[in-house]
Amino acid sequence: MQQLTNRSKQVSNKEMTLAERIYLPAIAHGMAITIKHFFQKKVTIRYPEVKRYLGPVFRGRHVLKRDADGRERCTACGLCAVACPAEAISMVAEERQKGEEHLYREEKYAAVYEVNMLRCIFCGLCEEACPKQAVYLRHDEFVPVFTERDQVIWGKDLLVEDMNNRYLREAWTKEEAHAQDLKKAAGAISHVEPRAIP
Amino acid sequence: MELTAFIIKAIIILVIFGLTLLIAMYSTYGERKVAGFIQDRLGPDRAGPWGLLQPLADAGKMFFKEDFIPAQANKWLFIAGPCLAMLTALMASAVIPFGSTLRYDGIEVAVQGVEANIGILYIFGVVSLGVYGIMVGGWASNNKFSLLGAIRAASQNISYEVAMGLSIVAILMMSESLSVGSIVAQQHGGNWNIWYQPLGFIIFLTCAFAECNRTPFDLPECETELVGGYHTEYSSMKLGFYLFAEYINMFISSAVVSALYFGGYNYPGMDWVYTQLTAAFGDIAGHNVATLLGTAVFFGKALFGVFFFMWVRWTLPRFRYDQLMNLGWKGLIPLAILNILITGIGVLFIQPSLTAFLK
Amino acid sequence: MNPTLSFFYFLSFLTILSAIMVVVSRSPIHSVLYLILTFFCLSGHYILLNAQFLAAVNIIVYAGAIMVLFLFVIMFLNMKEEEEKFRGNVTKIAAAIVGGTIFIILFGAYRKTQVGTYNPYEFKSQTGMVESLGMVLFRDYLLPFELASVLFLIAMVGAVMLGKREIGERHF
Repeated sequence: MQQLTNRSKQVSNKEMTLAERIYLPAIAHGMAITIKHFFQKKVTIRYPEVKRYLGPVFRGRHVLKRDADGRERCTACGLCAVACPAEAISMVAEERQKGEEHLYREEKYAAVYEVNMLRCIFCGLCEEACPKQAVYLRHDEFVPVFTERDQVIWGKDLLVEDMNNRYLREAWTKEEAHAQDLKKAAGAISHVEPRAIP
Repeated sequence: MELTAFIIKAIIILVIFGLTLLIAMYSTYGERKVAGFIQDRLGPDRAGPWGLLQPLADAGKMFFKEDFIPAQANKWLFIAGPCLAMLTALMASAVIPFGSTLRYDGIEVAVQGVEANIGILYIFGVVSLGVYGIMVGGWASNNKFSLLGAIRAASQNISYEVAMGLSIVAILMMSESLSVGSIVAQQHGGNWNIWYQPLGFIIFLTCAFAECNRTPFDLPECETELVGGYHTEYSSMKLGFYLFAEYINMFISSAVVSALYFGGYNYPGMDWVYTQLTAAFGDIAGHNVATLLGTAVFFGKALFGVFFFMWVRWTLPRFRYDQLMNLGWKGLIPLAILNILITGIGVLFIQPSLTAFLK
Repeated sequence: MNPTLSFFYFLSFLTILSAIMVVVSRSPIHSVLYLILTFFCLSGHYILLNAQFLAAVNIIVYAGAIMVLFLFVIMFLNMKEEEEKFRGNVTKIAAAIVGGTIFIILFGAYRKTQVGTYNPYEFKSQTGMVESLGMVLFRDYLLPFELASVLFLIAMVGAVMLGKREIGERHF
């Protein structure tokens, strides 16, 4: 039979030689292998202290984007809620009043926008469905560990983007990410830094 | 016995007892660390710096678990099982010489629990009693799996005790003494028994693995066949005691191996260190410091033995039960008898002619 | 009372108590465990007599090996306390007669025996040690010792012969 890899070994039932029956050389060989691994570099990443960069297209927690002037982009059309396979999103729409133009870009906005993070499967379909490019899944932040049930449903206070800490995704494809990595390695530091949210 | 000597002895015994427990406690941590390192992981590192408080966390967990006694179990024997296991494990360290002597106020006290004329036989007696903890616990659980695990453990222990005893006979023939203290004292100056008894050492080590129910002979607690073996029904600190007894046994058997084969508290260049220390600190203090240094060396050897136990555990797969029995009865016992014959010939004929030749 | 004597009395009390418990206790497992305790107390007596080797060998051979095998067999038998068979009156009377006769014989024998005395000034403390025991066994009693070992060897060979599977026997 053709060998698929050079690592596989044909099994045979032939009589063992004396060296094999004594079993000690094989034990010594195995012990040498394990002690080699004992001193090798460990692959563990100590998670809460050290985080690894998960790539430019990782889907983490949601963010409701603002536009360049700081106005909320969401128009509460409900397409994201319809698209959501887990039915995690719910919202209450309201009409924009006079004098609120600096807060909301569209004439209708979401007064309440809630994502149930226990239901959410982070599939990113809401992102795809949004006609206003308002909802995104951040690639650099997770939904943190929670201990209370009411910490799970995220309202607008947690979702809407902070203008002092805007969410910018620099790389969108593998190639762009690679180029960015090269730039990072060259010393041009990007401000994409993985960190936990409060 | 004089009061000072008595007090010194009491302190030595307490320190050895405490150190044994401490080492057993940190063996659990060491085992997990070694397992992690060998598998390219880090092992426990969350509790305290480098996870050093992990044994305390484990003990706390054990204590707060529900202490469950099965309804159909024999209650007294169920409790007696882990007690016996701990008792026999701790008793064995009494005759092991952890160092030479300490001098204080003109009295010389050996760093050893009891200097017994029959030290090695005492160790054997206590080790052979270790079976009872397992058997009593396994039977009292009133569970088929426990009983089968206990019987496996007991038959394994009895079988390997024979080969172990025979492998030691060769050493006794060479040293002409049953006292562990004098066996160690004879190995002074790099004259270790391992150089004369390599075959006996391998037999003894294999039997020690089997006696401690460690991999590759850990069949008594084979999950796929016996659930948890003899401690299937145990929970809380009773289970903890069984596991703890295993680690104490491991330390004791490493200590015995290093005393019988690796010269105990002797180390190369010992006499030079001794003269240097006595010159630097004076006669009594220098002697005591040298003794403590020897004790530290002994503990180092024993701890390396414990590491070796773990190293083997995370390297070798387990034997099948018939292979285990074949190895014990058909492999090790004839080899041990052969070793006795060779040693006898060596002691009777080769050694006198060699010494005559060298003179 | 000096401590050795009080220790002797304590050990004797424990020995006799556990020996009685071997007979009295209903569960065979308990009987075996009490028997082990009896062996321990006997080892204690040996140590009091300064016969350390005998004490250690008693523990290794009897408590460590033989009683484990006893325990093995009894554990496999799976005896229940309530399943004790009813024994007829004839058995009881026969047992009483046999036991009583043995007791009377032993009592009579021990009443007539002279308990050996020793001279404390000539007492050698090293008599029970391994070295002197070895000297006695391998110098004065070499032939009986070797004969006993041959007897054991024969017993071992016989056990192996009995336990061996014959050709054509079923494999389990």
